[in-house]
Amino acid sequence: MRLLNKSTISRRTFLKTGTVTALGLTIMGPMIIGKDKSWAATFSNIGADDAATLIQMARDIYPHDFLADKYYAKVIQGYDSAAGKDKALKSMISKECKKINSSAKKKYKNNYRMINREVERVDILKSNTKSPLFAKVRGDLVTGLYNNKEVWPKFGYEGESASKGGYLNRGYNDIDWLDKV
Amino acid sequence: MAKFSKNDDSLVVIIGSGAGGGVLGMELAMKGIKTVVLEAGGRHGPQDFVNDEWASFGQISWLDQRTTSGDWRVSRDFSGLPSWIVKAVGGSTLHWAGASLRFQPHEWKVKTNYGNIKNTSIMDWPIDHKEMDKWYTRAENHMGTLGTGGRERLPGNNNYKVFEAGAKRMGYKNFHTGNMSINSKPYDGRVACQQIGFCFQGCKSGAKWSAGYVSIPKGEATGNLECRTNAQVIKIEHDKSGKVTGVVYADAKGKQQRQKARVVCVAGNSIESPRLLLNSESSMFKNGLANSSGEVGKNYMRHMTASTYAIFENPVYFYRGTTMAGIVTDESINDPKRGFVGGYELETLALGLPFMAAFLDPGQWGRGFASSMERYDHMAGLWIVGEDMPQSTNAVTLHKKLKDQHGMPIPNVNFSDHENDIKMRNHAWKQSTALYKSVGATKVLQTPPYPSTHNLGTNRMSASAKDGVCNRNGQTWDIKNLFISDGSQFTTGAAENPTLTIVALAMRQAEFIAKQMSSKAI
Repeated sequence: MRLLNKSTISRRTFLKTGTVTALGLTIMGPMIIGKDKSWAATFSNIGADDAATLIQMARDIYPHDFLADKYYAKVIQGYDSAAGKDKALKSMISKECKKINSSAKKKYKNNYRMINREVERVDILKSNTKSPLFAKVRGDLVTGLYNNKEVWPKFGYEGESASKGGYLNRGYNDIDWLDKV
Repeated sequence: MAKFSKNDDSLVVIIGSGAGGGVLGMELAMKGIKTVVLEAGGRHGPQDFVNDEWASFGQISWLDQRTTSGDWRVSRDFSGLPSWIVKAVGGSTLHWAGASLRFQPHEWKVKTNYGNIKNTSIMDWPIDHKEMDKWYTRAENHMGTLGTGGRERLPGNNNYKVFEAGAKRMGYKNFHTGNMSINSKPYDGRVACQQIGFCFQGCKSGAKWSAGYVSIPKGEATGNLECRTNAQVIKIEHDKSGKVTGVVYADAKGKQQRQKARVVCVAGNSIESPRLLLNSESSMFKNGLANSSGEVGKNYMRHMTASTYAIFENPVYFYRGTTMAGIVTDESINDPKRGFVGGYELETLALGLPFMAAFLDPGQWGRGFASSMERYDHMAGLWIVGEDMPQSTNAVTLHKKLKDQHGMPIPNVNFSDHENDIKMRNHAWKQSTALYKSVGATKVLQTPPYPSTHNLGTNRMSASAKDGVCNRNGQTWDIKNLFISDGSQFTTGAAENPTLTIVALAMRQAEFIAKQMSSKAI
């Protein structure tokens, strides 16, 4: 069977100072630096604190341990540029982040993104699924995460095939384990 | 290519260019009848189809605003998208998978065979399998349907091999790679299947039959067919005697144009076709055209559907190769001992990663969902398609407030499952789960219906004028030069994918229209 190699690695290095979140993100002013220092992004409209909250939320919604934070951060970066033009979005994000943090503080004595245990963060999300912010992040991730061509190989999906002649000579019928089950 | 005058009142005007309208246009043109096909969308083909699910969805789908109601889960998960159909030359035959199955004989006469089922509007079709036989053969030859006419079926892909191994362990007897209208060898000037996948996104090789790049061009080659694109019909007009005289359509710039006609055929799919008849109301036809029975828009059917995806210890890569070339037909019989009437087909299915994320379990999140997605390349999958019960309350109606860009009321699609549909779906999920477990599935997911591609029944055919919109030839009971030419004429839906039957009915209707025209009856 033609098997795919699902691991791909790319790293860049940044200096690491400032606040570290549960996810290991470092916040410096409006900037977030990824834990493996492989990426960094600036959130001048929604601010790095809320952005880090949203990146954590995105990961907790569709937690794939083999995906780096940058893939989740990319969706949230889109919110930052949209919020620059859309005041209602900007205020919704800020208001809803506050609400989620306040329910997190009440139950677990910490802001949502500073809670270390995933099960506790998920508990907070479960009590906030009616939040328009939760619905938006979940809905946008469906395309923002799974339609990102960079993540496809990690799931074993090959994408476009016509230009390669389809799978006629590339394993459409090469399954080799059925006689063993 | 022909180009006809908008004032030419000798033409047959067909609204829609899909399995019904596209094939009807080709057939009439080949008989020498001057025909204009008005297509709401543009023209796409193998040259510009894209192997990218969301990009293709944006390129060819019918995305005009619609609303939904009823207890179906589609209304909750995809409230503005009741259907997954195409707005382009060829209609949904660009998106279709290619499964080309004849109705079983008993499915033409379900009231006789199933009896009176409570809370349904079931009727027998006014035609039967014997009469349809030659039209099916003709349709299969036109489409190059495999497993018929001596045409060899496709080789099975990985997804099929898992499915077949499970079918054997289940003791099923009738399974194969399907009667697909996808070339297994070069046929009719088109190449053989390259196992590309992406059948739903438009076939890049052209191996799959489509009205858009097969039937319409054959019609155009005669010089008798004009296919006018970006022409969305908004109203059908009539004279004082009640005969239709032409249509008003919005052109690419949104400007309204009037095309005269001798005969008008409606083939805009089961949501737009009744919508158009209802929107064509007048002082003479206050409830819409051809609606003296009150049945226009009612009895909306979408097939009982669902999917089953199974995860295995080892990889499958089920997306490699044809999307739906695999079928088990054992469950399509009518065996009321199972707790429901009618039957269903099991057909292999694969989605790409992006659509799997959207459709596997809409709205779900967290570790459970993520864990399933992480086994995407270890999945096998199948689609369930069965006969659903027609119900008068499942209906396409005009929205009371919302209007489209041309000022016409948009359609609302109301649908709720019948008890029989629910029992059949649960049975199908149970059987298909057992099928995959028999070959070692470690997790099986029961996926709810997608937005409907099989939209049927909203202008149904009936033996009597009081029970339906059109007669056994698709001719409306009220207006003799107005025809229904798409799946909306279906009296009941049967268990089979509907395209082959729509094509066969269009070929049969072409012969009727030609005879009626030559005898000056219309």
